[in-house]
Amino acid sequence: MHYIPVIALLLPLLAHAADGQSIMQKGGANPAALPCISCHGTDGKGLAAAGFPRLAGLPEAYIGKQLADLKAGRRENPVMQPIAQSLSDEEMAAVAKAYAELPKVNVKAGPLERPQPGSGAWLALRGAWERNIPECTLCHGPAGVGVGTAFPPLAGQSALYIENQLLAWRGSTARPATRHSKAVAAVPPSRRNDPNGLMQHIAADLSAAEIKRVAEYFAGLGESQEAFDESQHRLR
Amino acid sequence: MQTTIFRLLPLLLALGLGPTLAADAPSNPRLDDQSQLTKAPSKAAGQTYFQPPSDSEIPNNAFGEQVRRGQDIFMNTKALAPDYVGNEMNCGNCHIDRGRKANSAPLWAAYPMYPAYRKKNNKVNTFAERMQGCFQFSMNGKAPTADSEILSALTTYAYWLSTGAPTGKALPGRGFDEPLPPKGGYDIARGQAVYEKQCVICHGDDGAGKKVGVTAVFPALWGKDSYNWGAGMHRINTAAGFIQHNMPLGRGETLSDREAWDVAAYINSHERPQDPRLVNGSIDETRKRYHADDGVNLYGLEVNGRKLGQGTP
Repeated sequence: MHYIPVIALLLPLLAHAADGQSIMQKGGANPAALPCISCHGTDGKGLAAAGFPRLAGLPEAYIGKQLADLKAGRRENPVMQPIAQSLSDEEMAAVAKAYAELPKVNVKAGPLERPQPGSGAWLALRGAWERNIPECTLCHGPAGVGVGTAFPPLAGQSALYIENQLLAWRGSTARPATRHSKAVAAVPPSRRNDPNGLMQHIAADLSAAEIKRVAEYFAGLGESQEAFDESQHRLR
Repeated sequence: MQTTIFRLLPLLLALGLGPTLAADAPSNPRLDDQSQLTKAPSKAAGQTYFQPPSDSEIPNNAFGEQVRRGQDIFMNTKALAPDYVGNEMNCGNCHIDRGRKANSAPLWAAYPMYPAYRKKNNKVNTFAERMQGCFQFSMNGKAPTADSEILSALTTYAYWLSTGAPTGKALPGRGFDEPLPPKGGYDIARGQAVYEKQCVICHGDDGAGKKVGVTAVFPALWGKDSYNWGAGMHRINTAAGFIQHNMPLGRGETLSDREAWDVAAYINSHERPQDPRLVNGSIDETRKRYHADDGVNLYGLEVNGRKLGQGTP
């Protein structure tokens, strides 16, 4: 298995996170808590094409909150909910810490960007204030690198994952029956765990096409081989 | 005490004094142009706010380049004009949507109102001089010269945003459209509760905001990295207007007028950098000259047993 050499390399860094490592590789004490690596990858970078998110380098408190929210049903997901429900609080804390210690997404210093109106970059960098939609980078940080523990990185995240989350916050409205189709009931948002309701109204006011474009924009920003000089400003 | 100030405001307004009048001649006339605006006209039902041009209308020539340069500085003031910004603020922190949003002191409503005579310093102030005030107070820095590349670019950007706006006519959406003070006065303790529920996630328990590396993302609301005691935003009434219309980000106009006043009072009851107009090293003299009649503010007053206006180390 590929992960054995990876563990060997990381072991000195993760000496006090043995539990979390074990859960990643082998799953929790309850067998229903499947090993994280089967979907999130041996390196924690997820499986972008399948919409399995990158967890490596996300804030510990953010991962911990998501697991707690999945367990409590504030965030619905058919794959992750049973897993979260099978993890103890200690296991959640350990695995959140272990993923937070893996390398963060590396986003290179970009020059000032001049986005085209209507593009994904435009929404990300300028927003749509006529609908009270702030530019994503205003909270998620310049280049979407993430801010603090409440605003996760968007750069380098799976486009399908970002799209799915925005759709989950949005839900859908009911459609009446037509001659060719049955009525479709409204679907309430399946994600209701955004602090202070900051994401829900944004997702609700974006079109499906806009959601796709902005998700693709952020997915395209990672992952640079060139290290970012942290003494420099990231420009907006 | 806070009730007294609150009672004084309508009186001052009723006397037609406006909160901008000071009895004494200022020692440095260039340093006191953050005075309060008179109330902008309200938007009639069905009327829309002035619409600045869209970015696709920026011409591809030297003028357009200067518009873009101005916008870049507006968004990245600390990074691109570091010699003039003493804290961690950027123009875009208070002027949401790159200076385009109504009731967030949009540039299209400000630019066409200058040059303007200001009683307080008894002279005609240009738009460049008004912006110099922003650098000295809101950015707690020093003013670029009126003919500097920075002010030239910012002026060009503001001029372009004002394309088609009438000159010398106050437009709806100007300034922050301050709500009336709540009945019974504002309450700092109530404001703290609002802050902890609605603001902490971005601005932090300590009001210091949040950064990514060296780049401020959520601005500091008090302390050394925030606007100083001479900035317009130090007035509770002004901050209440900004907050009611624009905060929490993307969810403007969800807080009540009372919540906006209370939380503005909580924020502005903390220490921040000293007023650069400090008179003879005395908070009391500075209050008398510059703050006593400047809207509702706590400079030089005691809150929880501590006199405000000490400044930050």
